[in-house]
Amino acid sequence: MYRYDEFDSQFVNDRVSQFRDQANRRLTGELSEDEFRPLRLMNGLYLQLHAYMLRIAVPYGSLDSAKLNTLAYIAEKWDRGYGHFTTRQNLQFNWIKLEDTADILAKLAEVEMHAIQTSGNCIRNVTTDQWAGAAADEIADPRPIGELVRQWSSLHPEFSYLPRKFKIAVTGSPNDRAAVKVHDIGLRLHLNDRGERGWEVLVGGGLGRTPVIAVTVRDFLPEHELIGYLEAIMRVYNLYGRRDNKYKARIKILVHEIGAEKFRAEVESEYARRPHADTKVEERELQRISAYFAAPKFEKLPRWSATFEEARAKNKDFANWVRTNIAAHRADGYAIVNISLKPEGGIPGDATADQMRVVADLGQRYSFDEIRVSHHQNLVLPHVKRDDLFAIWKVLQASDLATSNIGLAGDIIACPGLDYCSLATARSIPIAQSISRRFADLNRQHEIGPLRINISGCINACGHHHVGHIGILGLDKKGEEYYQITLGGSSADSASIGTILGPGFAGEDVPDAIEKIVNTYLAHRQPGEEFLAAYRRLGPQPFKEALYAAA
Amino acid sequence: MPLLKNGSIIIDDWITLGLDDPKPDSGDIVVPYARLLKEWESLTDHDGRLGVIFTNIDRVEALTLFLPRLALIVLPFPSFTDGRAYSLARQIRETGYGRELRAAGNVLPDQVQFMLQVGFDSFEIGDRFTAEVWLKASRQMSLAYQRGLYRTPGQHDVWSERHREAEPWLEQPHAG
Repeated sequence: MYRYDEFDSQFVNDRVSQFRDQANRRLTGELSEDEFRPLRLMNGLYLQLHAYMLRIAVPYGSLDSAKLNTLAYIAEKWDRGYGHFTTRQNLQFNWIKLEDTADILAKLAEVEMHAIQTSGNCIRNVTTDQWAGAAADEIADPRPIGELVRQWSSLHPEFSYLPRKFKIAVTGSPNDRAAVKVHDIGLRLHLNDRGERGWEVLVGGGLGRTPVIAVTVRDFLPEHELIGYLEAIMRVYNLYGRRDNKYKARIKILVHEIGAEKFRAEVESEYARRPHADTKVEERELQRISAYFAAPKFEKLPRWSATFEEARAKNKDFANWVRTNIAAHRADGYAIVNISLKPEGGIPGDATADQMRVVADLGQRYSFDEIRVSHHQNLVLPHVKRDDLFAIWKVLQASDLATSNIGLAGDIIACPGLDYCSLATARSIPIAQSISRRFADLNRQHEIGPLRINISGCINACGHHHVGHIGILGLDKKGEEYYQITLGGSSADSASIGTILGPGFAGEDVPDAIEKIVNTYLAHRQPGEEFLAAYRRLGPQPFKEALYAAA
Repeated sequence: MPLLKNGSIIIDDWITLGLDDPKPDSGDIVVPYARLLKEWESLTDHDGRLGVIFTNIDRVEALTLFLPRLALIVLPFPSFTDGRAYSLARQIRETGYGRELRAAGNVLPDQVQFMLQVGFDSFEIGDRFTAEVWLKASRQMSLAYQRGLYRTPGQHDVWSERHREAEPWLEQPHAG
């Protein structure tokens, strides 16, 4: 876990004072709401339907117990006792008062946290693999580069008034869990023949109203050139990205309109023209940061844990949980624990203050004080001994945190939707809850196998519906909410955008429709064939027939 | 319009000319970029300093030829959320241009520090906010993470502070 030095602390404290002054000037009327808006947004403060929402950055999704306990404290002191983990690995509080915000930011600064650039037209919180540093399939831990990018992008004077928001994701594994192909910039680590590190730079991916898969502009960018090259991309975007229409202002539209070749040429010429001395990634700075992410001191353990195997044999519920919620760790005798924030009928990504404290405590006791947030809106204990899994499961179970549905039908991604968000055209949460109840039977979920259901309450696609195996988009037709269904999306390595099946459905009919889709898959699948593979083989036709033929 | 420059508020003594305004025989004049292109021959002989109001949509490369003669470049902010001029300013400074670079249009106190960091050194500030508000806002942050930015006294970059003990020339082996 990265630790602030005196300079990081001073920076964040300066920022709190700056925001306190800005908020005071707004409260006295010296600043107009129009003028205050970009300032508060750059500090993560949105005005929603009922109250202010404060989105707190969890850089690359990494937390420790002190941080998570502080979030629990804030939830109880200044909000309504819970928080919502987001698809950018952040946490948002939905019931915040403007007058309290500077105090909350000061409290966060005590545990080296902030809300800088969690919204606004600037570079947002950089995201990465929630299993970073633990996954068995990783080339290298992507978090040092995540931290380097966090620092470089924090209050960057040139790139704080971009045409639109800008999202960067980093992966250090060939199995992409950070969705790098649907980000404004995706970075993917490779090693060359000599074992040197380089980054594949992907640009122009995104969801929203125009979903696009990113194009690669550099196959192998030497690591020390990374920041300079990012600056060249950002500058081309800042100068030439569209500002006349906010729906056409993301970098993907610029890449699309001028073409990938022309875009690449612009970036390369900007990069060649600029001095590189001030942007070079210095080895000693990278080493300084990397030291904080050194692997914990894992014990030498046998691969086989008798305690664990015995518990698994004796307890079917535990065995089910192990099947879905445990992932392979790179160290023998250890495992990655995924904690589902998707209980039956729950609000995806919500956690109460008590639940946060339970997870914080487990992280401290069993996982080298590390906790992660996944972009699927779940939590992760990255470094757990297999011997401890059963004890952890028991604690989770007592707090409604042991649902064994990671990656299954109940593990739904959903944005806050019209229950909170002023941009939404329809509600997302009740749809997620009704689908979750429909598939409440965990045995059935396990029988169905891996399935990603993603729900957005408007075309801005915060719920990533385009890349759900089943995507649900809530729209408004003459004052009525209705829901469009897409199939075949994926944010993994073979990323794809889902296809719209046909006319939309009223909210109460969505669970039936999803069930028909799932049943069609079950009827057609070959042995061992997962939903996405079956859809790619079968195409939309059988699903269309199931949904619309009878009607 | 009053100007913020070098930490104090001063009167702008440049004469701003539109496309068709008659050119005075002497004095410091600033003209739109389109007029600079059209009347370069006569402007270059002008008795006084010469400045240009650049646009947001033209490329800095186009200015290269004129730079040695220019003593002022004005970059407009049509709205305070339009950030193109931050990049233009840096590009202009990267060419080696060292004279005045002014932010005009919709400029707000909370943006002045960013503008200083990318190389602006004067600001059209109107009369809505007091001098105190402008000066306070221009030094809100004492540190920046990026290297190679313009600094005012008392502001530092994290890199240099953090690695102060390790100056590269002390570490490198010397030929002699």
